[in-house]
Amino acid sequence: MLAVRNLEVVYDDVILVLRGVSLEVPEGKIVALLGANGAGKTTLLRAISGLLGVHEGEVTKGSITLDDEPIHRSNAARIVARGIKQVQEGRQIFAELTVEENLRVGAHTNIKHLKENLARVYGLFPVLRDRRKRTAGYLSGGEQQMLAMGRALMSDPSYLLLDEPSLGLAPLLVQQIRDLIVQINEQGTTVLLVEQNATMALSIAEHGYVMENGKIVMDKPARELLADEDIREFYLGLGAEGAVKSFRDVKHYKRRKRWLS
Amino acid sequence: MTTFLQAVAGGLGQGSVYALLALGFVIIYKSMRVVSFAQPAFMLAGALAVSFLAEALLGIPSPWGFFLALVLGAVGVALLGLGIERTVIRPMVGKPVFVIAIITLGIDIVVRLVANIFIGLDVRPVGDPWGLNSINLGGVQVQERHIVMLVTTVLLVAVLFSFFKYSRLGLAMRAASFNQETALAQGISVGTVFATSWAMAGALAAVAGTFQATGAGIDQNLWIIGLKALPAIILGGLDSLGGAVIGGFTVGLVESLVATYQGDFAPWLGQNFSVVSAYVVMLLVLLVRPYGLFGTKEVERV
Ligand SMILES: Nc1ncnc2c1ncn2[C@@H]1O[C@H](COP(=O)(O)OP(=O)(O)O)[C@@H](O)[C@H]1O
Ligand SMILES: [Mg+2]
Repeated sequence: MLAVRNLEVVYDDVILVLRGVSLEVPEGKIVALLGANGAGKTTLLRAISGLLGVHEGEVTKGSITLDDEPIHRSNAARIVARGIKQVQEGRQIFAELTVEENLRVGAHTNIKHLKENLARVYGLFPVLRDRRKRTAGYLSGGEQQMLAMGRALMSDPSYLLLDEPSLGLAPLLVQQIRDLIVQINEQGTTVLLVEQNATMALSIAEHGYVMENGKIVMDKPARELLADEDIREFYLGLGAEGAVKSFRDVKHYKRRKRWLS
Repeated sequence: MTTFLQAVAGGLGQGSVYALLALGFVIIYKSMRVVSFAQPAFMLAGALAVSFLAEALLGIPSPWGFFLALVLGAVGVALLGLGIERTVIRPMVGKPVFVIAIITLGIDIVVRLVANIFIGLDVRPVGDPWGLNSINLGGVQVQERHIVMLVTTVLLVAVLFSFFKYSRLGLAMRAASFNQETALAQGISVGTVFATSWAMAGALAAVAGTFQATGAGIDQNLWIIGLKALPAIILGGLDSLGGAVIGGFTVGLVESLVATYQGDFAPWLGQNFSVVSAYVVMLLVLLVRPYGLFGTKEVERV
């Protein structure tokens, strides 16, 4: 089990972004982490995968454990070697490399099983096999998301952390990505799914967390969260904030609206 | 025609030195986004190491003793580069690029000062078996050493390109160069990438320095040739390995052709114009393509 307890994260020594976050990802499950833009979801994933340092961030309190062993002081390479792999927000494929080179980079920590893992990834994403000699930068958005997920799977991780995989994709593609996540999970990979598309995430997750301003404000089985009228109403932006005041608020409102659509 | 071919042969031979040097600059630049000014010193240190090793290996039949000395010298300078990266450069990672560039300049000066002690004021032979001998290839006089330099460089470039295309570490280096955070997320150790790039640049500079010293020998000013790699990388683009090779050979060819023909066609430019000709071509290219012929547009210059 991957467990986050009472985690505090600070950027640039002063900006407190996570304020005592606790969360559990039991083996074999899909867990959803929801929340509006800026809530701290990406920061939590960075903390788990050891990528805070790149952003001048630091864990100042609390712990992250993998099967009861602390990992929040380990570096990224070590954490990947322990079987936790993150797919970053915005895909972040190596655009200059070919599709297959991207996948081989994903196999960096598990070069021994390159063949099997490549076969598995091409099985999950046949389109990547068709495009394997293509420069990755020329793939469509959906294909890039698949490449990013496939690249992560190339080391055969036990835990996959997905940061907004549906972002910017057409509804049909969102469906496809959703089904693929289920398939990956059925093949034995535990998934922590960060999403703004709450309906999509909760439809496949066992359990859901809602994060706001660096805190977990709700922690329930996914089914209950989906049915929770308070949540729907609050995240639709129709709560206490009142009337729309500025363009920024409008944007914010729209974003929240999309969040549950 | 013979004159022309002779100039081309000489240009390709000399261009090999520039290409090897430029590759080292580009490899470090791609991994750390820093132009390392320590390359000229590595070049000098390499030539010096090879000269001592070649002396020690005189028992081995020519030219194999010299080639063995070259390999050992390159490995030695690679280790030197590795050590310097680990102890001096790594602690500076995250500091402004400008600061790191200045530190590499300091490394260059220190390494050269130490090397100069061993060189002394005389010219030291590097121990190559070719000297300035030429052979006649279909009527064209070509220096033997230029043939060796060109062939070795072509082989090295082929090995290097396969390394970056097929090997696990080579791919990791390309990935880290493109996006460091995402490379980290794949479990790549960026420290290993930095260290490897310094070792490779050191080895390439050592070979370049040794080649430069064939024929004329090593003196304290050998490192100045290292500055010729700058027009080469700027021609090719700071972040392009292929560009470094083409840039290096272009500089060699331009110099050689200008040296051969300028006296006939443009004597008013004065003698020795060929020495600066590479810089003139570099300026002309920069006017048209500020990021070099093969470089990436966004790349900033240091
Ligand atoms: N590198 C950083 N330095 C300082 N603040 C940051 C940094 N990255 C994110 N933040 C801040 O942390 C908060 C949470 O960001 P993030 O984790 O990206 O949220 P989410 O992924 O939920 O949108 C935001 O207020 C954001 O501005
Ligand atoms: Mg985010």
